Amino acid sequence: MAMFVLALVVLVGWKLFQGSQLTLHKFGWRFLVQSDWDPVNENYGALPFIFGTFVSSIIGVLIALPLSVGTAIYLTELAPNWLRQPVMMLIEMLAAIPSVILGLWGIFVMVPWLRDWPFPFLKKTLGFTPFFQGPIYGVSILAAGIIIAIMILPIITSVSREILRSVPDSQREAAYALGATRWEVTRIAVLSYAKRGIFGATMLGLGRALGETMAVTMVIGNRPEIAKSLFAPGYTLASAIANEFSEATTEVYLSAIFELGLVLLLVTIVTNIVAQLLIGNFGVGKRVPAGH
Amino acid sequence: MQVSKHHHHWRKLKSGCVSIVCFACALAVIAPLGLVLFHLVRLGAGSVDWHFFTALPKPVGEVGGGMANAIVGTLTLLGLAALLGVPVGVLGGIYLSEYGSRRFNWLVRFMADILNGTPSIVWGVVVYALLVIPMKGFSVYAGAVALGFMMIPLILRTTEEMLTLVPNSYREAAYALGIARWKIILHIVVKIASKGIVTGVLLALARVAGETAPLLFTAFGNRFWNHDLKEPIAALPLQIFTYAISPYEDWHRQAWAGALVLILMVLALNIGVRFLTRGKFSARG
Repeated sequence: MAMFVLALVVLVGWKLFQGSQLTLHKFGWRFLVQSDWDPVNENYGALPFIFGTFVSSIIGVLIALPLSVGTAIYLTELAPNWLRQPVMMLIEMLAAIPSVILGLWGIFVMVPWLRDWPFPFLKKTLGFTPFFQGPIYGVSILAAGIIIAIMILPIITSVSREILRSVPDSQREAAYALGATRWEVTRIAVLSYAKRGIFGATMLGLGRALGETMAVTMVIGNRPEIAKSLFAPGYTLASAIANEFSEATTEVYLSAIFELGLVLLLVTIVTNIVAQLLIGNFGVGKRVPAGH
Repeated sequence: MQVSKHHHHWRKLKSGCVSIVCFACALAVIAPLGLVLFHLVRLGAGSVDWHFFTALPKPVGEVGGGMANAIVGTLTLLGLAALLGVPVGVLGGIYLSEYGSRRFNWLVRFMADILNGTPSIVWGVVVYALLVIPMKGFSVYAGAVALGFMMIPLILRTTEEMLTLVPNSYREAAYALGIARWKIILHIVVKIASKGIVTGVLLALARVAGETAPLLFTAFGNRFWNHDLKEPIAALPLQIFTYAISPYEDWHRQAWAGALVLILMVLALNIGVRFLTRGKFSARG
């Protein structure tokens, strides 16, 4: 049965590779760098999707990382003991919200709100940069980034928390003994020790962000364009697969979508491997058997 | 060296400020949960009625109708997915914990973690190629297999973790009595860890219950009752998605109701599990 897991990995890679044979042969590397996605003329370039995937994910990580690390510090170093479990439970509940429900909330609550308040404000104050220009539709790469941030907050928080918890107390005690304040203890003794692991947690979050499908599809606007402005609609690899699969009537079209899946799989695998290697050293998740 | 009093105050102030910022971060992380739940109840609760659980969707343009078929569909898919995911995941976990060489187990664990990180939409595409194309159509089987595949690495990892929590002294005591290895594993180790294993299974079910992406082109959705496992079937998350992106006001209302029902299912599983596992071998140490 354990072999089944290995077989499954091979199966996933093989099926995607096999499915995308046509476009792999026809377009080769051009598939990755060409920005035309034109099913009518059978011309397929995945660049807008790759761009949208990375930009929205990076926005998500940039928002989520400071909040998550702050929360993890609060939970391990500052919060009173009785509060830690309940807060962690709430964070796990956030993680349990299905993507489609977050998307529903995104369409009908978050996007209209963003359109009315924060986006015009950003345009007014930061409009001189190319990133906050152009018409505001609400659905946008930025909205997708915010939804992604909400989705990856729990995983970055809980892994960072485990990492911080794995920092030996002797580190903290040593810093306190030198007369450090609470923040100095956290910064010098805890964070410097946990840096690598928190980076790993971030990569894990990034891996989730890259593959996020439903919620992103619902708020990103689904337009295969490369725009400088974060207010512009975009498209991601995952949402393109979700939306266009049922429209893929020709074999080449279908193969192009399989190749989008292949690209997505490879990108997430690399991200996840990096994350595992970074976190692995902390022994998070590996517990000493009870009674020893 | 004399440290000035002023400097000391400054350091304490800084420390205090950071504490407040961290507290604010924690609030900001929890805020979306509160907001989402608030809006789900506000916009969904009014539409969750008897009709919602018993009626089929009405044709486009007609007001009313329910999601009975989608609720049954989700339960059917979960049941079938569990038939695939639970045995493979649990047996694989037992193997990892009790048998196998170090290196092989490391590899399987690593691969399972990679599968856990695989985007759910990719599972949909893979199962489409694996089952939908050869069977020439969307089906309950395809949807269940997609969800089942997703469950395997989840269950495998939790099962293994729960089994490694069982003290070795139990195994040694049993060996000393001359009991066969398979009997020890089945009747002692697995039995002790059974609560934890069940927890892992329920959490995996809760996780895939809300999945939409892998069902888009496997189970596909259906506006009527499903009578044949070789035919497309409705599922709650799919229905919510279709209704949410539709232009009809009445469908939006039902999407909120569906979302409320779905989240209650998922959270009930999640919270129920926590009560189940209070005790020695808790899911989270």
